[in-house]
Amino acid sequence: MIQLQDITKVYPMGKIELTVLRGITLHIAQGDLVAIMGPSGSGKSTMLNLIGCLDTPTSGSYYLEDREVSRLSSGELAGIRAHKIGFIFQTFNLLPRLSALANVELGMRYAGGVDRQRVMEALTRVGLSDRANHRPTELSGGEQQRVAIARALVKNPPLILADEPTGNLDSRSGEEIISILTTLHAEQGITLLLVTHDANIAHQCQRIIHIKDGQIVAEETV
Amino acid sequence: MKKWFEPLSTAWVGVVTHKLRSFLTMLGIVIGVAAVIALMSIGRGATASILANIESMGTDLVTISPGAFTFGGVRGAAGGTTALTMEDAEAISEQVPYITAVAPSYSSNLQLVVGGENMNAQVTGVTPEYWEVQNLEVANGAFFTEYDYQRGTKLAVLGSNVKEMLFGDADSIGQQMRMGSIIVRVVGVLDSKGGMWGSPDDGILIPLTALQQTVAQPRTAQGERVVSSISLTVSDEEQADYVVEEITSLLRSRHRLGSLDDDDFSIISMEEISSMLSEATGTMTLLLGAIAGISLLVGGIGVMNIMLVSVLERTREIGIRKALGARERDIWGQFLIEAAFLTFAGGIIGVIVGWAVSYFVTSMGLMTTVVTADIVILAVSVSVGIGLFFGFYPAWQASRLNPVEALRSE
Repeated sequence: MIQLQDITKVYPMGKIELTVLRGITLHIAQGDLVAIMGPSGSGKSTMLNLIGCLDTPTSGSYYLEDREVSRLSSGELAGIRAHKIGFIFQTFNLLPRLSALANVELGMRYAGGVDRQRVMEALTRVGLSDRANHRPTELSGGEQQRVAIARALVKNPPLILADEPTGNLDSRSGEEIISILTTLHAEQGITLLLVTHDANIAHQCQRIIHIKDGQIVAEETV
Repeated sequence: MKKWFEPLSTAWVGVVTHKLRSFLTMLGIVIGVAAVIALMSIGRGATASILANIESMGTDLVTISPGAFTFGGVRGAAGGTTALTMEDAEAISEQVPYITAVAPSYSSNLQLVVGGENMNAQVTGVTPEYWEVQNLEVANGAFFTEYDYQRGTKLAVLGSNVKEMLFGDADSIGQQMRMGSIIVRVVGVLDSKGGMWGSPDDGILIPLTALQQTVAQPRTAQGERVVSSISLTVSDEEQADYVVEEITSLLRSRHRLGSLDDDDFSIISMEEISSMLSEATGTMTLLLGAIAGISLLVGGIGVMNIMLVSVLERTREIGIRKALGARERDIWGQFLIEAAFLTFAGGIIGVIVGWAVSYFVTSMGLMTTVVTADIVILAVSVSVGIGLFFGFYPAWQASRLNPVEALRSE
């Protein structure tokens, strides 16, 4: 599914260059449930952005479903994001002026068109079918994240990337979110990558990858 | 939902979720378009009313006056021999083609007395052709006839203002009035024409033969009877220029002018005046439109300003959309359609407001206005064009945002 080969990422910061990733090599098989752990600034979000085709590596190669994607144009990358990848963010990233329903619709918008029935199914799956017409500000943090999950899964992507999905939630809501995600993984065989600080969450995954200073320093299988 | 419909609905949502901002953006366009519509309609209205005025005098009218033609300044070649005569008129009538009727006239200022009322007015002695040539109609009574003219019967046809002054609301037909040293009987009152220079409303028309009984019509050295002006109508307006040329050469030879002498008469055709005036008012309309166009342009810059702010404010939204798979052209299209939508709606509202303003101006009796379809179409398409033009840069900016940075923005 995902094959990273000696990936580096360097950000030019004025005259200084900031090296965030220093040679990441990683293989993730289809259907894996992987946790990525590491201290702040270790490069785990950057790695997730690269895997999510939001950004391209400075060097190295990245094969997604056996296709080299590290040198694609921005339009081609957008197409991959639209069809292959669902994102879940720490800060939910819902559009505040749209209803939950419209936010979930947005997940299908660039993936070939909106299907209202599938949108309702996705909302039902995260237990929010009765709150479809509420705006994000009228929902709790846990509910907002569930809308975001519905938005990510509505287009049935093979890969879902979650960047600290419980980071802004209380522990009970966090557990709910994790249980929704693990259920999705178990039922649909979606490949799921999860960046987290929480060791309890990490241990509900199959693999844990530890990153420090832009390098993979350890890997454990649960 | 259909695919083509989605960008439109996205733009619509963008507009209605930011109502105040959308309204303010539109306001500039509304004012610009309304100004274009209102000012252009006033310009067109002025053109139309001036042309209608000329139309009422007849566009086939050609007027010959003694003295060189000048606007304002001193008339050239004024001297003993500069005069038009009855004989000139007869020669024109006999020798120049494409002429339907020739009407020489002689004017004089005389005192009019009716009962206790008295006033001075321009009395014009005319031939029976005058009605036809000047395109006159009576509101009341009748014109005098060829028979009256031959006999020199003392009859008068009053201009509407003169009738008002002398008789008020009373019936004037059949009444007698003193005119200089003679007594005339009123046979008709002219239809009011409004009009500009030397409106017939302010004068009195009597048979030229009758006028000669109270005012001595001067004669030239050759013994020809002097007239104040000769008016005539051409049978074919296309030939007006040719007729003017023919008359010029005929009069030059009759007046024995050398090849170096200036004309001692001037000829104005209504055709010429009307094209001159419509050119002038057309320029004025264009000027008004240009001034209004500037406000439309300012409105367009307002659109660009707001769209740029909107891009900044919605950086995060753009990042989210990009993360969800929006391509550059999706984002670009979204902002461009939003800008075009705002200016289109602004254009439509502007048309309605502009229309209302010109309707108001007309109904208040301030000015005649004419709203024509071409102005409306022009104003709306220009405003949409402005939306596309000024929306282009902000939309391009939005589409080029880096998704990672856009997502990180607050």
